[in-house]
Amino acid sequence: MKALLWRDLQLAIRAGGGFGLSLAFFLIVCTLVPFGVGADGGQLSRIAAGILWVGALLSCLLSLDRIFALDHEDGSLDLLATAPLPLEGMVAIKALAHWLTTGLPLVICSPVLGILLHLPGAAYPWLVLSLTVGTPALSMLGAFGAALTVGLRRGGLLLSLLVLPLYVPTLIFGAETVRRGLMGTEVTTPLVFLAGITFATLALVPFAAAAALRVNLR
Amino acid sequence: MIELGKYATTVLSAYGISLVLLVAIVLQTVRANARARRALEEYDNRG
Amino acid sequence: MSIWEYANPVKFLRASGIVLPWIVAGAALCTVVGLVWGFLTPDDYRQGATVKIVFLHVPAALMAINAWMMMLVASLVWLIRRHHVSALAAKAAAPVGAVMTLIALITGAIWGQPMWGTWWEWDPRLTSFLVLFLFYLGYIALWEAIEDPDSAADLTGLLCLVGSVFAFLSRYAVNFWNQGLHQGASLSVAPGERMSSVYRYPLYVSMLGFFLLFLALVLIRTRTEIRRRRLAALLAREHRA
Repeated sequence: MKALLWRDLQLAIRAGGGFGLSLAFFLIVCTLVPFGVGADGGQLSRIAAGILWVGALLSCLLSLDRIFALDHEDGSLDLLATAPLPLEGMVAIKALAHWLTTGLPLVICSPVLGILLHLPGAAYPWLVLSLTVGTPALSMLGAFGAALTVGLRRGGLLLSLLVLPLYVPTLIFGAETVRRGLMGTEVTTPLVFLAGITFATLALVPFAAAAALRVNLR
Repeated sequence: MIELGKYATTVLSAYGISLVLLVAIVLQTVRANARARRALEEYDNRG
Repeated sequence: MSIWEYANPVKFLRASGIVLPWIVAGAALCTVVGLVWGFLTPDDYRQGATVKIVFLHVPAALMAINAWMMMLVASLVWLIRRHHVSALAAKAAAPVGAVMTLIALITGAIWGQPMWGTWWEWDPRLTSFLVLFLFYLGYIALWEAIEDPDSAADLTGLLCLVGSVFAFLSRYAVNFWNQGLHQGASLSVAPGERMSSVYRYPLYVSMLGFFLLFLALVLIRTRTEIRRRRLAALLAREHRA
């Protein structure tokens, strides 16, 4: 398991694509929004939390199809499927690798982009916390979407269509946490819901994703 | 003629759009069904 | 004799062929009567003539949700018992459900314009219907994209399962996110009804009509899919020979 994780991480960093790309995309989204809505600081700070969450979500989406596609092309996915490691575990590891290479950097960079968007000071801890709690669910759901579309030639666009509606609850509770943290009202409820969704996703979705992979490898 | 008052456009457009959508899905269904049936019959006749 | 007999495509074709004319006739009758009757109802003292939209909006919304439920059950039947007809019925229901969702959304928006003063309000019910519509689109797109029919049935079945959970979650998340303008259920079986019988009876007829319409469309579409599948199988066999 460790070996697989290590291999995936190395591949992600070395292959040059996924790793920096989604971060750069996140930066670009956060740069473009002020061009769209105007440079008014007050207005920006009001919508900053939402922009950061939507931006994180979209950047996460960008590298999803790489989770299985490369391994599917060179046949190592079939090899992994016959390995002693259960397919569910393999999926979870792959999702973890995806999170470490996209989710975690996004979490770390989000405060910097928060400054760009005039995010008020009170919101930073909540932003980082909610992203930390929420992004694993994004990776796991993305792995499910990637497993569904792995055999398809033009799966990329379809993948977004399948995965984005699944992101709705996470996005709502994540952004709500930051918004409430900002206003100083009670944040526990959305945060608990967010954590609940993440844990339930991590526990159950690997089975669905593994089942989808089995169908695609048949 | 029934009196719709100031909401005439509202009500009529709601009914209009809905009926267009319903008729569209019905037509598409019926047509696809006829096409599938014909294709199968053609195949059977060819032997 | 059990319900599973109809999982046999030939039996399904025969049985559905017998009941279909009745269902089509019932659907046409109830939908037309319900909508015309609804159209002729007197104006509501608060909503004016716009109350007539309810006879489209409520049945469509009802069927939009029920269609997804039916797809969920059919997908489960396919995943567990592997009856092809079931998978094809789920496939057949999706476009109909999507159209119902669209009708519910559009009539809701048109009604909301004079009543709430806005075409679109990010109200929990409207928003969750929009999300439901997105789920329908994804489901249909996945069916279209996969070539092998059995894999397509498996994968869309999985998507339907996971999607149901998340559609349900979204429903509650959205509620939490924004308390809305939408009134609560206007129909309830409990006493103390909020809707007068002038509107209730045409609404019932209209709901029955939409239900039968949905049933008829799904049956026809399932028959279409069975025939298509059969032709493809025959051609494939010929190709091999």
